[in-house]
Amino acid sequence: MSLKIDDITYVYEKGTAMSVNALDHISLEIPDGQFIGLVGHTGSGKSTFVQMLNGLLAPTTGHVYWNGQDVHEKGFDRRKLRASVGLVFQYPEHQLFEADVLSDVEFGPKNLGLSEAECKERAVEALRHVNLPEEFWDKSPFDLSGGQQRRAAIAGVLAMHPSILILDEPTAGLDPLGRDEILNMVRGMKEKLRITIVLVSHSMDDVAQYADRILVMNAGKIMMDDTPEKVFSRYKELEAIGLSAPQVVYIMQYLKERGLPVKTNILTVDEAVDEILAHRGELNV
Amino acid sequence: MFDGITLGQYYQTDSPLHRLDPRVKLVGTMAYIIALFIVKGWVGYFLAFLFLATMIALSHVPLRFVVRGMKAILIILLITVAFNVFLTPGKVLWSFGVLKVTKEGLVFAARMAVRLIFLIIGSSVMTLTTTPNQLTDGLESLMGPLKKIHVPVHEISMMMSIALRFIPILMEETDKIMKAQMARGADFESKHLMQKIRSMVPLLVPLFISAFRRANDLAMAMEARCYHGGEGRTRMKPLIYKGRDIFGYGVVAAFFAACIVLRVVGL
Ligand SMILES: Nc1ncnc2c1ncn2[C@@H]1O[C@H](COP(=O)(O)OP(=O)(O)OP(=O)(O)O)[C@@H](O)[C@H]1O
Ligand SMILES: [Mg+2]
Repeated sequence: MSLKIDDITYVYEKGTAMSVNALDHISLEIPDGQFIGLVGHTGSGKSTFVQMLNGLLAPTTGHVYWNGQDVHEKGFDRRKLRASVGLVFQYPEHQLFEADVLSDVEFGPKNLGLSEAECKERAVEALRHVNLPEEFWDKSPFDLSGGQQRRAAIAGVLAMHPSILILDEPTAGLDPLGRDEILNMVRGMKEKLRITIVLVSHSMDDVAQYADRILVMNAGKIMMDDTPEKVFSRYKELEAIGLSAPQVVYIMQYLKERGLPVKTNILTVDEAVDEILAHRGELNV
Repeated sequence: MFDGITLGQYYQTDSPLHRLDPRVKLVGTMAYIIALFIVKGWVGYFLAFLFLATMIALSHVPLRFVVRGMKAILIILLITVAFNVFLTPGKVLWSFGVLKVTKEGLVFAARMAVRLIFLIIGSSVMTLTTTPNQLTDGLESLMGPLKKIHVPVHEISMMMSIALRFIPILMEETDKIMKAQMARGADFESKHLMQKIRSMVPLLVPLFISAFRRANDLAMAMEARCYHGGEGRTRMKPLIYKGRDIFGYGVVAAFFAACIVLRVVGL
């Protein structure tokens, strides 16, 4: 199972005065098992890019290959592809429509032509993975809180058993607690289900702790494609395109500049605390 | 996905026609449509053509966009022409069985086609050069006298501008929801009628919910800014006639008068 993107471009409203080059010659590969963070400023083309990955949008030029097969070749079953490459849109709760949560989650499996029993089994399993308590399953999705609706919607995609799960800004509009819950849930899913994750965000803090590869997008181009440590060490460049490194990176950088010999390639608050404590007493201001 | 719906879409650029007061364009378009039905002879149609061609040139809108509106009425046009060609009684030129092509039929059909094409293109030029907001402002101002007989002119035009404003938003929303459901394996391309209808539910339910949510938000936002209807409301950009607008009215009046004269002298 691998996804290969070969030199794609995408132009919205091609041939009009309003045409926008949303993607500009992107090539990369998504192998199994990675946790990829896709970061970029508003309008950099993240949402456009992820719609390429499951064949919802066809590139203006270039190709997308799934297991070596061109996704837009005649006769390629793109509906099957969409089951393998699950895409959770920005504000996915806006796609809920069924009378109860369980039926809504069953929508995807039903479209795959599975039996009633199988659909239900998958829906239940998916709802467990997103930690939505059982008491909500037969409620109307519109009676749920925003955060709960979002979990239900994510379960709707998860129930298709994708091998790559793409989440477009899953934390948008949530409070810090809701944000951490969703991110932890995503990490849990990766570990339990051994699926590949692509997490889209414009906040580095969101992806820093979880991703093992970070793609930085700017104006339709992939500007960096590297490990979090390497990406954050270029925080000056990130700032130039309206992004920033996680806050701990700045703290460590500052401490080092002021003479405390700490490491600066640190990503999480916990690591930072350990590192600072290890150097306790070495600072003589 | 919605390529067909371009009739009535604003084309952003700067041109003498764009700068013209929307009321002049509204009155001008009305006058033009009426004139199309006043003229009878080919000289008259040629004058109408000249007028239209000048307006298109003045609008700085690429011809491609101007004629795009034709796509929507192509079928109607063909049917009208066919009916007129075959069903007008008169001097028979050719006949295939029951179908007879008459000289009068051909002339009548050509005249109908020219009128329809000019009419559509003429109104397209107006909507291409006037934003929906300007249009409704213009309408509100032109219908102003009706307030005296208690027609809620302001409310009508506010509803119109909101509706117009929401069309592209809802189209975008439809596209988004459709894609989201397709990502869950929904099939919107099925050929079976029943399946097609059933596949609309996952699209329409979220669409309606979102439309209501937006309407609610908008009402709230308007109230928060103390909107209370048209009474005593002032405008940020009041419509004021400038020299060029008077000139515009003059041109329209001259064209209209010329059409009447041509009709009277039978050209
Ligand atoms: N349907 C559309 N029609 C025309 N242009 C579009 C459309 N969707 C996106 N664009 C344009 O394409 C560019 C990339 O948009 P995209 O939605 O991919 O950005 P994004 O990185 O997801 O931004 P955000 O963080 O705000 O979600 C933007 O300039 C946007 O204006
Ligand atoms: Mg986006």
